[in-house]
Amino acid sequence: MDAQVATTERPAAAPVSDITAVETYVAPRSLAEALELLRAGDVTILAGGTDLMPQSKTGKARFQRMLMNIQRMHELRGITEEKNFVRFGALTTITELLDSAMVKSRFRALWESADHFASDQLRNAATIGGNICNASPAGDTLVPLIVFNARVVLARKKDAAVATRTLPLSEFFVAPGRTQRQPSELLTAVEVPLPPNDFVSEYFKFGTRPALDISTIAIGLGAVRSGDRLTDVRLAFGALAPTPIRAPKTEAALNGKPLVDAIEAALAAAELEINPISDIRASAWYRRELVHNLLRRMLDRVGKH
Amino acid sequence: MSVSIDISFKLNGVNVRTKVTPGMSALEMLRDELQLTGTKYGCGEGECGACTINVDGQSLNSCLLFAADCDGREIVTIEGLATDARAEALKKSFVNSGAVQCGFCTPGFVVQAWHMLGKTQHPTPDQIRRGIEGNLCRCTGYKKIVEAIADAGALLS
Repeated sequence: MDAQVATTERPAAAPVSDITAVETYVAPRSLAEALELLRAGDVTILAGGTDLMPQSKTGKARFQRMLMNIQRMHELRGITEEKNFVRFGALTTITELLDSAMVKSRFRALWESADHFASDQLRNAATIGGNICNASPAGDTLVPLIVFNARVVLARKKDAAVATRTLPLSEFFVAPGRTQRQPSELLTAVEVPLPPNDFVSEYFKFGTRPALDISTIAIGLGAVRSGDRLTDVRLAFGALAPTPIRAPKTEAALNGKPLVDAIEAALAAAELEINPISDIRASAWYRRELVHNLLRRMLDRVGKH
Repeated sequence: MSVSIDISFKLNGVNVRTKVTPGMSALEMLRDELQLTGTKYGCGEGECGACTINVDGQSLNSCLLFAADCDGREIVTIEGLATDARAEALKKSFVNSGAVQCGFCTPGFVVQAWHMLGKTQHPTPDQIRRGIEGNLCRCTGYKKIVEAIADAGALLS
């Protein structure tokens, strides 16, 4: 056991530690139990493990003194259709998204992102809540979820009761790997409003091979077609800024205007909204070229229907 | 020194109890603690599928699964498929098609194909290719493996 002694002076942010710093492993079965443990602080949350395990091996993840496996919490599972929205429990796997006829018909871009997600073995383990909390700028489900105006539900223990707050996903990400989630909070669900019946959406992921690839860039586009124009336009980008982003200026350039005339202005607006970096997958210049050409292609396709 | 966690689960139909550490993967537990070395360590990061096992009816990369998370679950490894009919068909068809060269990726492919044929008995070549997209073979290429899986499906009917 590490001879680390807890003191009241201990800073809120724990020091960088590898997995050997874990002193306690817990697998609560209820939300109440989990939130009580989180209130005490110093907890690393484990769900599917597909990000956390490699991060633990490379030393990228910082581990708190308690490792809490939330996979036994059945109340975090399942896809539920409510009146105006669909609730995805945080532990919904990517395979469950892919196998859902409802997701395929109502949230097409989200279904397409599940279809492009890694491999069968990973889709069976990875969860929607984990994909969100890992907060990678290239996280596959994040771009379409932003297109569908998804909200995250965060629960914490306050006095004896469970308090929840809901945040738009587009505001949840702070930086690569960082979110607005407080250490005492657990992301319990993602709520996604049902789009209009005639809403069409598309997800595009650019990678060097179809399977098991991290997005070089990702684009999510959704809109309602009316005649020669698009309304209710929603556009989001992945791997083109420190976090997945919504592109409101590009949306405004398209919304309600004849599509043929609006495309150039939209591409110019998109150029200003993205902030790509150069890394092992592509240069910033190449990412900009991809956005320019592929967004045009997506708009052509959506407009042609 | 790290904390030790007691877990118990069903492994290839038999109840087992063991002790694991928080950072241990299911793959390390199977190979190093339980001496089941049929499941292979390829990349250690979910890219190659050599470590594929079946957990509660789902195929997973055991290198990405926390050993502690095996507690209470039902796990099947390549060793557990020795007398299974679907695995028997796969074994025959892998041999007949010459879908094995060095053999290192084979347990992963067989466990994944076994899972796939459980869901869809007669997968199309496209479905097979999608099903094994998480498994890499660096020797033979995939043509014979895809053929073998299709043949196994046919053998079973």
